[in-house]
Amino acid sequence: MGRYIIRRLLIAIPTLLVISFVVYAILALAPGDPLSQFATNPNVPPEVRERIREQLGLNQPWHIRYVKWLLALVKGDFGYSFMSHLPVINLLIERLPNTLAVVGVAYVLGVALAVPIGMISAVKRYSIFDHLATTFAFIGFSVPTFFTGLLLIILFSINLHWFPFIYDSTLKVRDFASLIDQMKQSIMPIIVLALFDTATLARYIRAEMLEHLPLDYVRTARGKGIAERLVVVRHVLRNSLIPVVTLVALGVPAVFAGAIVTEQIFRVPGIGELLIRSINDSDTPVVAAIVFLFAVLVVLFNLIADVLYAVLDPRIRYA
Amino acid sequence: MALAVTASIALAACTNTPSTGTSPSPGVSASASPAAGTFTRGQGGELKILYWQAPTILNTHQATGTKDYDASRLIQEPLASWGVDGKPAANGLAKEIPTVANGGVSSDFTTVTWKLIDGLKWSDGTAVTADDVVFTSKYMADEATADPNSDFMTGVKSVVATNPTTVTVTYSAPTANPYQFGTGGGNEILQKAQFEKCLGAKASECPENLKTIGTGPYKLTEFKSGDVVTYEINTNYRDAKKPFFKTVQFKGGGDALSAARAVFQTGDVDYGWNLQVEAPVLKSLIQGSTKGDYLGKASSNVERVNVNFANPDPALGDQRSEPTTKHPFFNGPDGLIVRQALAMATDRATIGDQLYGNGLTGTSTCNQLLGNDDWTSKNTASMSVCKFDVAAANKLLDDNGWAKGSDGVRAKGGIKLSVLFATTVNTLRQKEQDILKANWEAIGFKVELRSISAGVFFSNAADGANRFYYDLSMFTNGSTPDITGYMAGWTTKQIAQKSNNWNQNNYHRYSNPAYDAIVEQMRTTTDQTKLNQLGIQANDILIKDVVVIPLVNRFQVASGKSKTLQGTNLNPWDSEMWNIADWYKTP
Repeated sequence: MGRYIIRRLLIAIPTLLVISFVVYAILALAPGDPLSQFATNPNVPPEVRERIREQLGLNQPWHIRYVKWLLALVKGDFGYSFMSHLPVINLLIERLPNTLAVVGVAYVLGVALAVPIGMISAVKRYSIFDHLATTFAFIGFSVPTFFTGLLLIILFSINLHWFPFIYDSTLKVRDFASLIDQMKQSIMPIIVLALFDTATLARYIRAEMLEHLPLDYVRTARGKGIAERLVVVRHVLRNSLIPVVTLVALGVPAVFAGAIVTEQIFRVPGIGELLIRSINDSDTPVVAAIVFLFAVLVVLFNLIADVLYAVLDPRIRYA
Repeated sequence: MALAVTASIALAACTNTPSTGTSPSPGVSASASPAAGTFTRGQGGELKILYWQAPTILNTHQATGTKDYDASRLIQEPLASWGVDGKPAANGLAKEIPTVANGGVSSDFTTVTWKLIDGLKWSDGTAVTADDVVFTSKYMADEATADPNSDFMTGVKSVVATNPTTVTVTYSAPTANPYQFGTGGGNEILQKAQFEKCLGAKASECPENLKTIGTGPYKLTEFKSGDVVTYEINTNYRDAKKPFFKTVQFKGGGDALSAARAVFQTGDVDYGWNLQVEAPVLKSLIQGSTKGDYLGKASSNVERVNVNFANPDPALGDQRSEPTTKHPFFNGPDGLIVRQALAMATDRATIGDQLYGNGLTGTSTCNQLLGNDDWTSKNTASMSVCKFDVAAANKLLDDNGWAKGSDGVRAKGGIKLSVLFATTVNTLRQKEQDILKANWEAIGFKVELRSISAGVFFSNAADGANRFYYDLSMFTNGSTPDITGYMAGWTTKQIAQKSNNWNQNNYHRYSNPAYDAIVEQMRTTTDQTKLNQLGIQANDILIKDVVVIPLVNRFQVASGKSKTLQGTNLNPWDSEMWNIADWYKTP
């Protein structure tokens, strides 16, 4: 097992190198100008823009910029943002808590809801609950988040005035009242995201359970006289969850990448919001850093998923 | 009404603005003393400002957009602001606006003497001196520092501290705008002690840019770049009665429509910036609102169609759109006729009414130089190119042998009137494009539309507006109070081309010696009245010659405020936050 992990980690190095090159090349070759906001400002003539471009190092050919960026990256330096003039890593650290507080919580909530919903739907197949859950699941993953987001805003913020739709990242949870405020401002984005996560996962769990329910070992368990509840929870659910665990692990990197649309709509200053704004502003160092870190997480969680698979399923052995 | 009277009396007693002494002298803003309420420092709670673009830096000398200029303006101040009427207003660090009458401006218009307010302090308690102003000028002029505001130092020979509270600015030639350095956004004064170590190549990465010390009514509490700025009262602010609010929160991000909702529907914020949503939507939000008021103000910004005088044909390769080439029909023997027909077929009134709500976020116009009645031409209204007349446009082309082919497209001598018309990706602009396409196709043009992401359109990329690899383009910009600099953007000298990396403002590749001569005259004129007349002449040439087809005067300020927020004074010439010290709230 240990050797397997080491081998996988070593393979990850060339993979990440290739990813970093492709990411940087695409960003460098994409048209766009971090100074485009100045284009119609008569106080900032084109020569001045050129001088700023030079200062940002944009006048060098992109392959040289790539090598410089990569060398700095090896030392853990992600460079400076063109827009904030701040080290990129500081920006990410500042935003990660907001993303985790919204996207992370939504993910945990999604998983926590999906397991019982999927399970009950499978056991009570074609019951009213199953039909409701199925309808809910289809709504959940077919209605886009920008739509559900706007719907919630119009309903709960504009008509009912219950929740604010402008996320206040300066709010610090100190006491009960501020905890309520924090819940009020994050509940809508969490619902939007959790709806989607729950829907997909619940369908998946239901399908897995249905596959396992008619199998021989289940019949054996029942035959042994084990109570139906225990059969479902101990035997069927446990076996059905093996592929689900992989799926959940593979979804974790997406949590760290934030939710681009939802964060934008609710003005949650998270990683996703930073990514989309940086793309619009051609803030290459930030985009490169986020995409590269995302690649690292994907590679890492793929490995974790594979290892977990072996741990959960004794039939699988890595030599 | 009674309140307003007492308010203005109270103001006259306590303010630093030269409302009594210097305002009658010409050239100084009458808006120097904004209407303000009677209040005491810190009487109010929190002021919530919402921008849909988030500030990323708090030093205007490293700013990347309006959001940064505005968020910094609560902290940093210039020597003087540009007033609502486009004239300097003394609400900055200067005691008064220097004029020829008060001896501040030399009679040959080369030297300006700025006197700082006595006893002025930075928010950290240290004294503001003339050395800080001199340092700021060095910072702005230093090439390696790459200050986006460095153009304010163009033509400035020297900035010298004659004593701790007096600065003398000398221009290399007589200037009609002696306030170029020191006045308005982009001229905010830096604290020498703080920024001394931030000069040169390291300027942009200097951490001080995020915790700027200033003289403004507020000082920084916390800054999360790209998200939110919080401020508290600067206890060293020069006016002991201001500001009204204890704290300010300046939140960024999101989109214009939901920002408008936050102002007009939920009342979650006190001030929402640039609510440029479609006029019918905006109108419906405003009309039913019990929470907010709309603030719209005309400016110098003109949304216009630009004509390419060079040939953008891809077959030309390297020579594409270079000024040595000539556009086959816009700059051919019939060039003026074709351009005139195009202008006559342009229905700017419909665009102004339907898309800009006729005075809500803009009004249709046929002038390129706008912003102040003194320099706005009244001659263009009667020009045929400013009148929407499809029949006349058709007749003009018919008479000159541009016959319609079987496909409905006019041609002459094998040259078809087929144009590629590009602008940025933007719902409003795409609707404008649709209207214009229908307009121009009605007189036998074939119009292909293209929309390019703003980041690319305003860059040096192949699709960039300055390379102009299309026949027509559309975007907005406007003049500053220094109209000479703006009108110089159409001179032969400023033709954008490969050799200058397209880094000049004359995207049209327009070259007209008569126009160049007028701008040259403007450069040497110090008399504002004469200057305005020359500006009008230059404007008239651009319109008559159909270099540009102006469509709409887009409002600079299109913001919203809560009904209880008072003291905002819309200013198209300077930051919207220019008088934030005067803002207050009624219960």
